[in-house]
Amino acid sequence: MRSCFSLWCFVFASLFGALLSTTELQAQQNTKVTLIKHATLLTVTQGDLENTDLLIENGKIAKIGRGLSAPSGARIIDATGKYVLPGIIDCHSHSMLDAVNEGSLSVTSMCRIRDVLNPNDVDLYRALAGGVTTLNLLHGSANAIGGQNQVVKIKYGRPIEEFLFPDAPPGIKFALGENPKRSNFRVPGQTQRYPNSRMGVEEIIRDAFVRAQDYKRQWDDYRAARARNENVPPPRRDLQLEPLVEVLEGKRYVHAHCYRAEEILMLMNLAEEFGFRVRTLQHVLEGYKIAREIARHRAGASAFADFWSYKVEAYDAIPHDAALMMRAGVLVSLNSDDDGRARRLNMEAARVMKYGDLTENEALRLITINPAIQLGIDRRVGSLEVGKDADLAIWTAHPLSVYARVETTFVDGEIFFDRQADLAQREALAKERAELEAAEVNRPQGSGAPPPVPAGRRPAYRLGDSCMQTTKE
Amino acid sequence: MRKNWFVHRQQATLCGLAILVCGGWVSTPGGSSLVAQQKLDLSPRVTVAIRDARLVTVGGDVIERGTLVIRDGKITAVGTTATIPAGAQVIDGRGLTVYPGMIDAATSLGLVEIPAVAATVDQGEVGDYNPNARALVAVNPHSAHVRVTRYNGITTVATMPDGGVICGQATLINLYGTSPQEMAVVPSLGLVVNFPRLNLGGGGPFAAFRQPPPANIAEAIAARDRRVEELRQVWREAADYLRAKEAAAADPKVPRPATNVVYESLIPTLRRETPVFFRADRAQDIRAVLAFAEDIGVRPIIVGGNDAWMCTAELKAKQVPVILTGVLDLPAREDDPYDILYENAAKLHRAGVKFCISTGDNGAHVRDLPYHAGMAAAFGLDPKAALRAVTLSAAEILGVGDRLGSLEVGKIANVVVADGDLLEPRTRVKYAFIDGRPAQLTSRHTELYEQFKERR
Repeated sequence: MRSCFSLWCFVFASLFGALLSTTELQAQQNTKVTLIKHATLLTVTQGDLENTDLLIENGKIAKIGRGLSAPSGARIIDATGKYVLPGIIDCHSHSMLDAVNEGSLSVTSMCRIRDVLNPNDVDLYRALAGGVTTLNLLHGSANAIGGQNQVVKIKYGRPIEEFLFPDAPPGIKFALGENPKRSNFRVPGQTQRYPNSRMGVEEIIRDAFVRAQDYKRQWDDYRAARARNENVPPPRRDLQLEPLVEVLEGKRYVHAHCYRAEEILMLMNLAEEFGFRVRTLQHVLEGYKIAREIARHRAGASAFADFWSYKVEAYDAIPHDAALMMRAGVLVSLNSDDDGRARRLNMEAARVMKYGDLTENEALRLITINPAIQLGIDRRVGSLEVGKDADLAIWTAHPLSVYARVETTFVDGEIFFDRQADLAQREALAKERAELEAAEVNRPQGSGAPPPVPAGRRPAYRLGDSCMQTTKE
Repeated sequence: MRKNWFVHRQQATLCGLAILVCGGWVSTPGGSSLVAQQKLDLSPRVTVAIRDARLVTVGGDVIERGTLVIRDGKITAVGTTATIPAGAQVIDGRGLTVYPGMIDAATSLGLVEIPAVAATVDQGEVGDYNPNARALVAVNPHSAHVRVTRYNGITTVATMPDGGVICGQATLINLYGTSPQEMAVVPSLGLVVNFPRLNLGGGGPFAAFRQPPPANIAEAIAARDRRVEELRQVWREAADYLRAKEAAAADPKVPRPATNVVYESLIPTLRRETPVFFRADRAQDIRAVLAFAEDIGVRPIIVGGNDAWMCTAELKAKQVPVILTGVLDLPAREDDPYDILYENAAKLHRAGVKFCISTGDNGAHVRDLPYHAGMAAAFGLDPKAALRAVTLSAAEILGVGDRLGSLEVGKIANVVVADGDLLEPRTRVKYAFIDGRPAQLTSRHTELYEQFKERR
């Protein structure tokens, strides 16, 4: 047990050290007013403004123009030769989740992603270093109807409450095809779960909405009776059906993981039958085959740039997908679905530009204003406009260039990533790490056996947990 | 001259007939569209001159306006004063840049079509020691990945088996041809070894599907060491076998040992004719590989190399090259700097370690190779060195630096013509020549695109 103790000493000491230095750093850096001078502003909605200043006050973009002045004490950043892009919005992320799938049932609308958020996931910091400021955190794709989503701003290191995006409309994850069928996740000896085919996926969603309609009727009847002053007992609350009633009422967005054209048509037809609209089709790799139907349904599409061939339903994926849907009039965004890819969504946009003959502005929209509209948060983020939240990043070159790097990332006007500050503290962190490793308490025990190795990340799930909960997408 | 090809004759250019180039397909002057249709890779070698183009030779200086000539499968002229042979087809290179085709030094392209479908995976054999398993025989020349990859300017890949400890023999193939043998540049490039390592868990995609970290670290270390000794024993037995064979050859009275296909496969590595590709990422594993290779007397190449920046002194001293496959990976340790893998290449370059950059991908995303190099350039690697890391350095490490990797007279004509910086995602490859043959830039993707763009 002693070796275990020494391990935890090491872990806590390193964590504490890291937190302390971060806090100090933020105290120095976070003044209420920041003036970014002489930058090329890629506003996304109002054109590219060269050699222009941007003033941040109280977390908002206060002014955009030339020759702006700042009050004394303001932080002034000379961004000559640099570019400012609105904070990138990742419309499909599983970052900071301690659990991704509640995979024991195929309808888990009662589960909430906001209950499993880990604000200290280091991948959040790595995403900030790629210019990302907002995430649509989604339940995994093991279930036809998954859990409720949570949109967050990446306020890395802050309490969870500060992450929650103010007034973001609530949403829910749906999933079609191989993942809810569990096609690629079968474990010998484990009972196969319903559904097992795309027929079953349709049926189980239909069944859930039929139940939701009945449930809604019970409440409508109850409220009508109350309005007539009748003394009737309320229906029993059903936490599974409540979010689906919100979908029927247009109060909750459906973000549906999908691949094949037929299943996309299936869901849109089913939604139209039940009187709601799919807000975003996620991945939507074969969307290009039915782009006009998607446009007609007015669903948004959030795609990968060129991810393909990893399973059968991804074999007809083409890198022209996003562009073809755009040309058909669909509102399209790109997403990462992966902490690694999240760090270079700008490169994803550049790839789509090549395959689809997009303009620079069209490419940048895919990762800024378009996902903001899809998530219903474009009033606050997604472009550089006076009055919007100061969520933005300064880039060393045009962000559609592979040679571009993020210098500084702001969320609500505060710096959450700064490359120079990051570089400056590396030596101290390395020294601290070496000291901790050399400390007597962390040395191998007398027996010669070294101390146990820490498990890497917070282990939310393990092999053999119910239904193999790693189906992210 | 076959007509199913897009570069038209010099006379046609002089007549001023426009080539309509778009995303890699061309309408022929006659007007019949060759759009989406994929044809087999059956073109003969052609004589082509690309003139008035920017030539990024990689081996030497950039020629701002020059001509490159391809003939009989080779590059026959590079320079400002190159003569265009009579009858050559001419490409007007104004506004275009000519590069050597990129080389990905560590893929499994052609061995895996759809990873989720076992029937399409020919990447690994049963058992731990399969030095006689040869990647080349299983390469599918008609894999959709071949054309999707060359569309981005990658013309040659090393294809490696995986699984077990000695995975098998890698092969070097051009991304052109209708049989593995037609594609092969080096049929057997060397052995691939997954060097035994400790499994310490960790994150990354599908982490939960991997084995959990060992409960008892001391036992796990002992088990790893046993596996290394077992591996050493395989080579020692092969060395004994080789001595017995040599003794029998020298003296007819000495009995010849029964032929052993496993040991036979190890002999070229013992003679140092071919290298051994050791997959290793962590510093302790890289150092263990260096000691191991020295002990058994083989020529090591590190594949992976995420921690190579920690071992630059040893790598340089022993002149062991590194094929970096993790440039775009997430850092392995929670307290690693965010850019630790982005800048790995720059650190190796500064320290003078021989390295190249690879995707390490099993097929579908080998086309991302230029972006791996570009990201290394964004984080400190000189852009020229970044380009070299996916062309000439890769060729040199794979032992074909005299045949591939640069625009030099006498080299195999693997040449791509692009409308901009090859490492930029926005750049389009306009023409690709592989082994002096024009490679069609259509693919499963362009074909589906052409079909469905009509369905509005």
